[in-house]
Order: sequence, then structure tokens, then C-alpha cells
Amino acid sequence: MCVTCGCGEGAATVSGEAGHVHTHADGTTHSHDHGADHHHHHHAHEHDLSVPGRDAQTIALEAAVLGKNQALAERNRGWLAGRGVLALNLMSSPGAGKTTLLERCIRDLGATLPIAVVEGDQATSNDAERIRAAGAKAVQVNTGTGCHLEAEMLERALKVLKPAPGSLLMIENVGNLVCPALFDLGEAAKVVIFSVTEGEDKPLKYPHMFRAADVLLLSKTDLLPHLRVDLQRMIDHALMVNPGLRIFPVSAYSGDGLDAWYGWLRDELARAAAA
Amino acid sequence: MHELGISRNIVAIVGERAAGQKVLRVKLEVGRLSGVMAEAIRFCFPLAAQGTVLEGALLEIDEPEGRGLCAACGAEAALAAPIGRCPRCAAPSLRITSGEQLTIREMEVQPCA
Repeated sequence: MCVTCGCGEGAATVSGEAGHVHTHADGTTHSHDHGADHHHHHHAHEHDLSVPGRDAQTIALEAAVLGKNQALAERNRGWLAGRGVLALNLMSSPGAGKTTLLERCIRDLGATLPIAVVEGDQATSNDAERIRAAGAKAVQVNTGTGCHLEAEMLERALKVLKPAPGSLLMIENVGNLVCPALFDLGEAAKVVIFSVTEGEDKPLKYPHMFRAADVLLLSKTDLLPHLRVDLQRMIDHALMVNPGLRIFPVSAYSGDGLDAWYGWLRDELARAAAA
Repeated sequence: MHELGISRNIVAIVGERAAGQKVLRVKLEVGRLSGVMAEAIRFCFPLAAQGTVLEGALLEIDEPEGRGLCAACGAEAALAAPIGRCPRCAAPSLRITSGEQLTIREMEVQPCA
């Protein structure tokens, strides 16, 4: 992000995206890409700091701080709904198993269901490569220093990815249990992935994320015999924060619980197609 | 640490509405359940404001506390975290009534000569 000028253009890069045209407030227009030498151009502005004889004026704004992201998210939502694409925003802490679950999902369902993936990470295209190797279309979004995806990044990713009508779009957010909860991307549902190794009280420690989610995938259940954790307590804690959560305990390795999760996916896809 | 991006949003929204006028003061409402730390906004705001019409503007932040209302037992409770289960009757019917605000309330500008 550009801290210096506060301009709306982030430093996020979308793989496969061409350079873009940039218009300044003074009307000059030029195009550039986001290579390593990318920098913003600053123009000096002179402002009188005090103007005698003029009174300060208070103006009521009542503007939502995240209003711009919300408006872009609604535009994405419309674009996706118009094509019957079911978009899910997958969020978790780093290492909860988002990419592994996606790989399994693509291998199990990819033959009958078109799946496209947006991979969000601060750096590297490792995850997009894993997804492509599993057999789905993928685009990598690198947020640089950014700790979450924003609606504008998804909009750019959609232009590159062009998910097929009626397909399932999995958006793997940056691994972070805090910030992604605040930023609507235009998804149909938010899915939080919480692995059984992360501790029973994680929903209470990160309530914003569990509160924002529609679905909870309790992952790595194959490890339960080796852990001193109580699955039911994890579920109870999640429901204390968000009584409306749909919860699916799953294991990408053993395959346990995946049928119920796939059933939910198919129901939601049918709903997206019918809308 | 999303407060830097959020501060940038605040500067962009206020700067747009100020239309070139110098901004002297900005008043925000950042609820205690909003997921945004007022303290971090105070730290980031001057950075985001640098070189804009908001540079040097005074930042005021109201921090309304979290409150919930239980649809089952009618209890109204102060909330330190955004939970959905009533602390009194344990019903999954607690609706958050305050604390999630994240709004720019007003700004004070110095009109152009």
C-alpha cells in the first residue's frame, strides 16, 4: 500500500495481469506495471494554512469507513451472481490446511464440477502452483505487506481468472484470523477453517472471525487421537460466538467428513444457479 | 494490522469530501467490537494524512462500548467481545446493538479563500 500519498491504488499484484493506466488529479495520464521499480508520483500542492476572516466549518459526514470496499464487494457479488458462480471466502490462520483441503476438493470434485481458485498470500505463487497441479484454474494475488484481500483485488483477479458460469470459485484469503473478517469481497459465504491442533479456545480468542463466518470447517480431524483436545468443546466455543455457524469436522487426509461438506457445496451451487 | 489501510481509507474519504479545503479536525466512531483498534488508528492517521489536505488535522475518536440484547430473556448486556450467546440465559439469541460502529461522523474544514 502507498503510505506516502494514501492513493487508492494498492501494491497488490495479480498474476497474469497486464499493466494499467493511472490518471492523476491534475489530469495527466500514464500507464505502468507493478514491477520492482514501481513508485508513485507526487505533486506538490500549496495550501494556505490559515485564511483570516474565514470561519472553520463543521460538516457532518456519517460515512462508513469501509464503504468503498463494500460498494466494490457488492459489484463483485452482482458479477458473480449474474454468472451463477458460487464464491466462497476461505479464511484461517496460516497453516490450518486451506490449500490442502482445496487440493483434495479439486481432486474429488473437479471432474464433475468446474472449480477456479484465487490464492491470496503476501508473497510467492507456491499455492497457485499447487492448485494448478491439482487440476484447477488458479490466479495468485500477492498482497505485499497487506494482511488481507480486499474487494478491489478480487475484481482484478476475476478479470484474469474468468471463472466459468456455474462454477465454484474458492477464494483463499491471506492466512490471518483477524483482518480478513472485516473486508467483504463479494462472496456468497465466508468459510473459516480451524484445525484441531490450534486449541479449543481459538473461537473465543478470535471472536470477530468466527462471528463473521457462515461455515466452519474443523480440519485435521485425523490428528485427534494424538491430541489432548475435545472436539465438542471446540464446537461449543464456536457456537458461543456464532450460534448460526454450520460446522463440518473434516480431514483432507482420511477423507472423513468431506461428504457432508461436499453436500453443502452442491446445495449452495444449485441455489446460486437458480438465483 | 489493518489500521494503516483503514486510516488510508479515512483520509481518502475525508479528502474527497473536503474538495481541496484544509481539514482541521476529523471525528470518528470506532466501536469496541468493530475489530479496529482506536489506538492503532491514532498512530497510523498522521502517516496516512501526510502530504494531503488532512495533514496536521486533529483526530477525535468516540469508542462506543459493546452492547447486546437477548431476544429470549430480554437481558441487555455489556459485551467485551462479539459473542452470540446470552451471558444470562445462554440462549443463542444475542443481537449486538452497539459497538460495531466504524464511521466518519464529521469533519471541520477551513474554507478556501
